[in-house]
Amino acid sequence: MEEQEASCSRVSGAVPEAPVESQQAPPESAAHKEVPRMVARVGQKAPDFAAPAYYRGGFTNVKLSDYAGKWVMLCFYPGDFTFV
Amino acid sequence: MSAVAAQYDALQALGVEVFSVSVDSHFVHKIWNDEELSKMVDGGVRFHMLSDQAGNIGRAYGVYDDQQGIELRGRFIIDPDGVVQAMEVMTPPVGRKLAETVRQVQAFQHVRATGGKEATPAGWEPGKPTLKPGPDLVGKVWKVWNPSME
Repeated sequence: MEEQEASCSRVSGAVPEAPVESQQAPPESAAHKEVPRMVARVGQKAPDFAAPAYYRGGFTNVKLSDYAGKWVMLCFYPGDFTFV
Repeated sequence: MSAVAAQYDALQALGVEVFSVSVDSHFVHKIWNDEELSKMVDGGVRFHMLSDQAGNIGRAYGVYDDQQGIELRGRFIIDPDGVVQAMEVMTPPVGRKLAETVRQVQAFQHVRATGGKEATPAGWEPGKPTLKPGPDLVGKVWKVWNPSME
């Protein structure tokens, strides 16, 4: 896991682009450019992501697929310094 | 989040990697840990605290609330094949019960260890009887299990 430099650029978690079904898509599909984002469901592959993180005094970058072969618990929460 | 940090050793003992995610920057995570969480749990937060300021990860997991610009209290258990085995999503004012997450991980790990030949009934905990689905069990669950065994 590489140490990340702290910089002033605003970085965020990112999800890889949804795979393109076919390179030779029929022309009418151009109207449906909006590719629906993958939404997690039980029994389905977890969407991969990469994100900057705080970890034990330093900053790192975490990529879910680097943890293949391990159990992972992912906990979202409304925000730092909230009360619950 | 301190409640998750308090269960970190139990989760690590089960081989579970923990990631927390919110729309705050990783810089804010550091200050939250240093100023508050480390005073609630010995050693503070020892897992990765991820920053998802644009809500991209939250959208992919169906927990980003774009009216409020926050991520709902969502908890996902992902197995070694990268498959989501469990999810729980709550609105912000009610907290999680981490012991239930630990129990579910133990149950999913047991099912996986048996290659799916065993299933765990309601409230199962390690040491309690499991179910072995098959033709002989159809209509006969009552012989081996009932809710008083939860």
